[in-house]
Amino acid sequence: MQSYLCHGSETMGKGGDKMIYLLDVLFLLFLVICALVAVSLKDLLDSVIVLAVYSLIMALIWLEMNAPDVAFTEAAIGAGVTTFLFIATLVKTVRREK
Amino acid sequence: MSKKKIISNEQRESVIVRTISRIMIPFIQLFGLYVIIHGETSPGGGFQGGVIMGTSIILLAIVFDLEEAERRISRKSLTALMSFGLLIYSGIGVLDMLSGGKYLEYTKLPLPLPAHEISTLSMLGVEIGIGITVMAVIILLFFYMVGDQNAT
Repeated sequence: MQSYLCHGSETMGKGGDKMIYLLDVLFLLFLVICALVAVSLKDLLDSVIVLAVYSLIMALIWLEMNAPDVAFTEAAIGAGVTTFLFIATLVKTVRREK
Repeated sequence: MSKKKIISNEQRESVIVRTISRIMIPFIQLFGLYVIIHGETSPGGGFQGGVIMGTSIILLAIVFDLEEAERRISRKSLTALMSFGLLIYSGIGVLDMLSGGKYLEYTKLPLPLPAHEISTLSMLGVEIGIGITVMAVIILLFFYMVGDQNAT
């Protein structure tokens, strides 16, 4: 069954393929930047927020790779529940990295 | 145990946040139900829909109060819901075994319907069971991490 959430690259022409390729490179670049920033930040609340952004970009990449089911899970778990649980942990412990 | 706050008091009293959450929470739950029910034919399923349903209650607990959320849906009922969803899932599987098939082999159920409709209906039941269990577990995880860890 053809899913309506994903833009299948087989339905696009040559130009569409190139656009998707460039978008892929852009997403992956931003993903690496987000990961490095999340590790290097000293304030852990900022780090959690950057991790949520990382999850959102990862969901976009899954969607772009025609896996909308995994993208759905990544958006709900990674950007939603994990952020809540990390913030709950920060409330119980210290906010700044020593 | 001392009462810990996730966000400060003046942020909690924000009219905009409270009103928007009050409007949005029913729609989030409706979307969760949509994702569960359309799980076989479109992206999504029991797990994703259950997570969305659980997130709506977590939003309630963050914007209003943890006590408010626990008053709406208590830990006891969440534990019961968790077991109930598992019972639906395994019950459908065992019913298939009792009617002569393998575990979760839907088409052997003795219903007066075509085989693919029996399969679709049983899959819907299984997805609903998964959704209930996941919703209860996500909310319970949040309650136990933020609130009193020794309460039942």
